[in-house]
Amino acid sequence: MTTQTATAGLQEQGGTDFKKVGVWIASVGIWFLPLLWIDPTTYAVLTVAGLAMGMLIFLTASGLTLIFGLMDVLNLAHGAFFVWGAYVGFSLLNALQQVGWVEGAGAAQSIGSVLLCLLAALVVGGLMGIVLEKMLVRLTYGSHLKQILITMGASLILVEILKVVWSPNDEVVMVPAAFQGSWDIMDVIITKFRVVAIVVGLVVLGGIQLVMMRTKLGIIVRAGVENKEVVETLGYNIRRVFTGVFCAGAALAAVGGTMWSIFKEQIHPAMGEENLIFALIVVIIGGMGSVTGSFLGAIMVGLAFNYVAYTLPPLALGANIMIMAVILLIRPTGLMGKE
Amino acid sequence: MAEPILSLAKVHTYIEQHHILQGVDLSFMPGRATVLLGRNGAGKSTTLRTVMGLTPASSGEITLKGRAVQAMKPYEVAKLGVGFVPEDQAVLYTLSVEENFRLAMLSESETTWARMETIFQLFPDMKKFWRSKAGVLSGGQKQMLAIARAFVNDHDLLLIDEPSKGLAPIVVDHLIESINHIKNHTTVILVEQNFYMASHIGVDYFILDDGRTVHQGLMADLVHDDGLKQKYLGIA
Ligand SMILES: Nc1ncnc2c1ncn2[C@@H]1O[C@H](COP(=O)(O)OP(=O)(O)OP(=O)(O)O)[C@@H](O)[C@H]1O
Ligand SMILES: [Mg+2]
Repeated sequence: MTTQTATAGLQEQGGTDFKKVGVWIASVGIWFLPLLWIDPTTYAVLTVAGLAMGMLIFLTASGLTLIFGLMDVLNLAHGAFFVWGAYVGFSLLNALQQVGWVEGAGAAQSIGSVLLCLLAALVVGGLMGIVLEKMLVRLTYGSHLKQILITMGASLILVEILKVVWSPNDEVVMVPAAFQGSWDIMDVIITKFRVVAIVVGLVVLGGIQLVMMRTKLGIIVRAGVENKEVVETLGYNIRRVFTGVFCAGAALAAVGGTMWSIFKEQIHPAMGEENLIFALIVVIIGGMGSVTGSFLGAIMVGLAFNYVAYTLPPLALGANIMIMAVILLIRPTGLMGKE
Repeated sequence: MAEPILSLAKVHTYIEQHHILQGVDLSFMPGRATVLLGRNGAGKSTTLRTVMGLTPASSGEITLKGRAVQAMKPYEVAKLGVGFVPEDQAVLYTLSVEENFRLAMLSESETTWARMETIFQLFPDMKKFWRSKAGVLSGGQKQMLAIARAFVNDHDLLLIDEPSKGLAPIVVDHLIESINHIKNHTTVILVEQNFYMASHIGVDYFILDDGRTVHQGLMADLVHDDGLKQKYLGIA
């Protein structure tokens, strides 16, 4: 389904029907290629894992792409929101464990625990986003170099603070009981939390699309991506919109971090930077500024990472950079980027 | 006589290091449509952009309805009841025609939607392409959208920069009719090279040259003043 939408994006650039059909078949077909050397059961497991990973990368990438598209800001502090979200979730799960909502919890309590973690991450990430935008990012509008230096500096500081508040070492994250283990569907082992990740990713995608396509705020943001001056002269304070989008993007990254920590069952301070690399690849593949593009890019990266990691583990990240390079050769602005 | 709705006194504007406006003095009376004239590069567009706060004045005073606005941000000026139609068909291509209008609506009240009905009568194409992306409209239709969009709010003042650019003569006539229609509610300030259009809308006029106000008067007089037209506008 996702690859179909990907080709729909490619079709928009025109070309003959014949060429479109070719591109369509190629872009759907390529995801079945691993079946040549991976047995179907393993393939199914890897696909679910890849989709789940893609959804979680999307959480970080969606904010990053909007911040770039609207504000023209390269935000390298995005990974810091992610890792802070992860640690906030980790601490909250430890606290909830005391009241029996994690290990040995029932279904309702488990869901409640995860939702509380997501909410806490959302709030902490959002607040960090507002403060960072108002204090630092605001000073860097118009200069990518300043943005890179300042957001990278902010990121380093935030991670150092995190090491002081928590610890510089790996920590094990407890998974609420109802999401532990896996289902076995005809020999295909599906880890429960992967399904949760896919659901959360789809809900967030749906939410973003709803706001962007159906609300006045969405119209203002999309208009701002295209032409800030017009939006200003129509009576909107674009700076306020900037702060709002930065806050929302940071909150989503933090939610992504919490989800990732439960997904991986462990956390470490460098996980923000690692995730940022994936998110940047995804944003470039999808086209800077396009949420749908990021979604497609994230799915591609998630799937490719898992197929390649199974086949040739050392090449997993390299394969994603390859995909990025190939897509940029075919379409320099990314899958859904503006011309 | 009544207070001017908008006045500029000794306004200077720099764009980067270039000294573009070098002492612009203008005043606009409520209810009297005024045309800004002058040859290419005279500073007409910059004057409107300076009023909007897009290229802020470096010195001088801009007074809107008795309020000093020279230090205000564009959105603040807009909120004081000023509509702005820029020179370059500034419609949002990736938004539908409907979304372009909704973006322009400062409130989506019943009166606003009632005004939409009038707009559809003036610009039937807007209804026809209501759900299409504005990017697919023709140049003339984009221009109409940019102007019609400015009609959805009950502005006190409307700044329109060269609406006739690239439009067929029949469309220009149509546009003149539309602008004259809103002139009854809104004070219109029009930058226009097309003298036919300028003379059919303007009551007062100002001529700018090299970033300065060089002449002003009644449009009815300018129509017969071939010397002045020759000197500053290059038309006889
Ligand atoms: N961004 C800019 N950078 C440098 N110079 C500029 C810029 N914008 C305008 N100018 C200069 O300012 C002067 C006035 O420009 P402006 O657009 O106000 O003229 P205009 O009277 O509207 O002309 P036209 O009738 O051609 O639209 C011109 O000489 C132009 O070259
Ligand atoms: Mg001009």
